[in-house]
Amino acid sequence: MKPVLRTQGLSKSYGSRPALIDVTLTVPAGRVVGLVGPNGAGKSTLLNLAAGMIAPTAGTIEVLGSRPAADAAQLARIGFVAQDTPVYAGLTVGDHLRMGRRLNPRWDDALAEGRVAQVGLDPAQKAGRLSGGQRAQLALTIAAAKRPELLIFDEPVASLDPLARRAFLQSLMEFVAELEVGVILSSHLLSDLERVCDHMIVLTGSRVQLTGDVEDLLATHYRLVAARGGLDALPPGVEVIHAEHTDRQSTLLVHDTVGAVPGLAADTEHLNLEDMILAYLTRAALGAVGARAPQTLEAQR
Amino acid sequence: MIDFHLDVRSGVSPYQQLVQQVQRALRLGLLSVGDQLPTVKEVVAKLAINPNTVLKAYRELEHLGLVTPRPGLGTFVTHSLADDSLAAHEPLRRELLGWLDKAQRAGLDADSIEALFLTTFRKATEVTP
Repeated sequence: MKPVLRTQGLSKSYGSRPALIDVTLTVPAGRVVGLVGPNGAGKSTLLNLAAGMIAPTAGTIEVLGSRPAADAAQLARIGFVAQDTPVYAGLTVGDHLRMGRRLNPRWDDALAEGRVAQVGLDPAQKAGRLSGGQRAQLALTIAAAKRPELLIFDEPVASLDPLARRAFLQSLMEFVAELEVGVILSSHLLSDLERVCDHMIVLTGSRVQLTGDVEDLLATHYRLVAARGGLDALPPGVEVIHAEHTDRQSTLLVHDTVGAVPGLAADTEHLNLEDMILAYLTRAALGAVGARAPQTLEAQR
Repeated sequence: MIDFHLDVRSGVSPYQQLVQQVQRALRLGLLSVGDQLPTVKEVVAKLAINPNTVLKAYRELEHLGLVTPRPGLGTFVTHSLADDSLAAHEPLRRELLGWLDKAQRAGLDADSIEALFLTTFRKATEVTP
């Protein structure tokens, strides 16, 4: 199968301000991809490029093997829900479904009607009067009923309360199981991503810090604890992501690309996804101090 | 039918948690041969987790010889982990309750009881090389 997303030296600038710098990555097919990073890191830019809403300044991007928004057929293969799950406030839920039916060649009416009934949306209700959770469910329903091969969501759950957030992710995972659709979603909520994503892209300061299948990432990241100075000389291929020292002890979070960690004389343990991502976000935030104002870390625990 | 739950703070990977919950249900006799596991769609709709996680857990259970998928029907239990020892559970549980009662009357608090039990349990089940 063709990769869901493949970029080579992808860059995007708005005037002189770079939003994305030299992004090269490949996301295999059949993944639920989590896109993580602080505000202003370039997440929305990457998602908008993938959806074909904007064009790159330099480099290439392929989605499902083709240029985004290359033609009507390519548009039909992707369902894109922009930030804050926008809907037409003046139209009813039923109007939205009718519009979806008219505008999308592969529209699945049974799926749309079934989902609207299942989540308890009233077809006569104006979309402007829906709760945040209901609006997100409506946007998800329309995106899924167009029967795309890839669903792209920009911060779909950020503004939802915990109950609505869980309901949204439940619906989304049901669609993934039922329709075998790929998903890319950005979020600040690491614990949510930990449940649903099997591939991660960590983006900070317009650059990719980390990308890969969650299983591989977890298998190659460790927390090492040893006496102070005991870890000063690490073998090549073991990269320190984060280090903390007391007068007695050193604690390192490392990425081991060569399988050298198990041979080290230190307490070693694997990290969970949240700690691993936080280590990368922290490194980027610390690196930004001095160069320019530090970015706000919005990763919520 | 059994119900799954997920603790993302436990440090145990989600797919392992599903595997362990089925094994536990088999050991306790909550699941027996012929019973059906929830479908992948039912599990993801309840837990809001990646379908691949459920598939991986079911493949692992199949690999362990505990379940068999029947295409179009679902995944069914083909091997039970509950044996004759199941009958012994209840009297053992009563004895354990008696011991807990004794420990409390001796002045041990919950943490001390747990620590005493766990260290003793680990020592008694330790495999000497």
